[in-house]
Amino acid sequence: MDWSMLQQYGPSLLKGFANTIVCWALGTVFGMALGLVIALIQRYAPRWVTWIIQVYIEVIRGTPFLVQLFVLYYGGPLIGLRLDALPAGLLGLTIYGSPYFAEIFRSGFRAVPDGQIEAARAIGMAEGHIVRRILLPLGLVSALPALVNFSIILTKETVILSIITVPELLYQVQRMSAETFRYVEANLVLALFFWGLVETISRVGHRLEARITKHLIERT
Amino acid sequence: MFSLAVFLQSFEPLLWAARYTLLISILGIGLGLVIGTLVCAARLSPYPLLRRFAAIWVSFLRGVPLLVQLLVFYYALPVIGLDVPAMVAAVVTVGICASAYISEIWRGAIAALPRGQAEAAVAIGMTPFDVWIRVILPQAVTLSLPALINELILLVKASSLVSVVGILEITRASQAQAATTFRPLEVYIAAACIYLVINLCLAALGRYLEHRTAV
Repeated sequence: MDWSMLQQYGPSLLKGFANTIVCWALGTVFGMALGLVIALIQRYAPRWVTWIIQVYIEVIRGTPFLVQLFVLYYGGPLIGLRLDALPAGLLGLTIYGSPYFAEIFRSGFRAVPDGQIEAARAIGMAEGHIVRRILLPLGLVSALPALVNFSIILTKETVILSIITVPELLYQVQRMSAETFRYVEANLVLALFFWGLVETISRVGHRLEARITKHLIERT
Repeated sequence: MFSLAVFLQSFEPLLWAARYTLLISILGIGLGLVIGTLVCAARLSPYPLLRRFAAIWVSFLRGVPLLVQLLVFYYALPVIGLDVPAMVAAVVTVGICASAYISEIWRGAIAALPRGQAEAAVAIGMTPFDVWIRVILPQAVTLSLPALINELILLVKASSLVSVVGILEITRASQAQAATTFRPLEVYIAAACIYLVINLCLAALGRYLEHRTAV
């Protein structure tokens, strides 16, 4: 590979990488937040609301992320939803991740022993208080490994955003290879880069997971 | 506004293209099963070198996004002299990617079997070959069926990415349809509907198998 092109394209690659990280971090945080809200609604809302949410979960999990992005980015303007590529990508990532996160939270909540919640009710704790002091911390302990895992999976989904022209890393690499005709080297290096990134993130993630679990258990 | 007529009209070309989505997914899982079984065998083999190779194979294919894998294959194959049709390159990439996940599914299923089973088989004088063929594998296969159906669902969704290298499956067909009708909303929602129906059917199949094999 001709490394001199890195000098020329270095800045745009770095910017692409920054966008990848921003999309991933924000998409994960927003997706997790939306997932948590969905999981809580699933637990407390009346039957018909949970039914609608179940349809939402099935639809998002049953369709490819790429098609969801197309509906949002190219179909959105027809119903007045006009977004730039980057915000559309972020919104898409948030929506895409939310049902997976919701299911993870839901099974985390289910792992909280009924006795704990009944005991809290018996000593007169308010429902909101129970959620904050018992359901969330205990549920989080059992949901954490799956949360970390899915966040790692989301790093790989960010490259799909390049197809709707979000200027993330793959998009910049594509542009560079189109201009220099070095498709093979560029994509190969990108693959190795992602391999390293995902391995690093998963190692850091699992270490973090152990620490947060310890902290949560000590507090409750 | 949403036009029902355009929405309904777009089903015809998309359903035609759906056969390629199914073809790629099914061939992909088939190839993934073959390679995945070999990788799993290497992973569980007594040879450190083979085990190491299998571990790297799994870690690389699970760490690199499928889209990047597709691009590497698509551009690299002609360079090393393999000028295969895009369709073949797509199926091979999808299959290789699936092999990493499938080998882990096998490994999990084999690890989930009680150790006593194999030990008992050895105790009554079965050869190692018989232990695998008659005791371990039949049970591991039944145990992992739901997970394999799940992997197939993932592949149906992942196959949308091969549209990028120009293969006319549902997503690519919907792009073409959206470009000619100027109604992307209706067309892409129609595409989403087809994927959803395929995956709901597969999920139902998975639940049925899980129910049937539950002991």
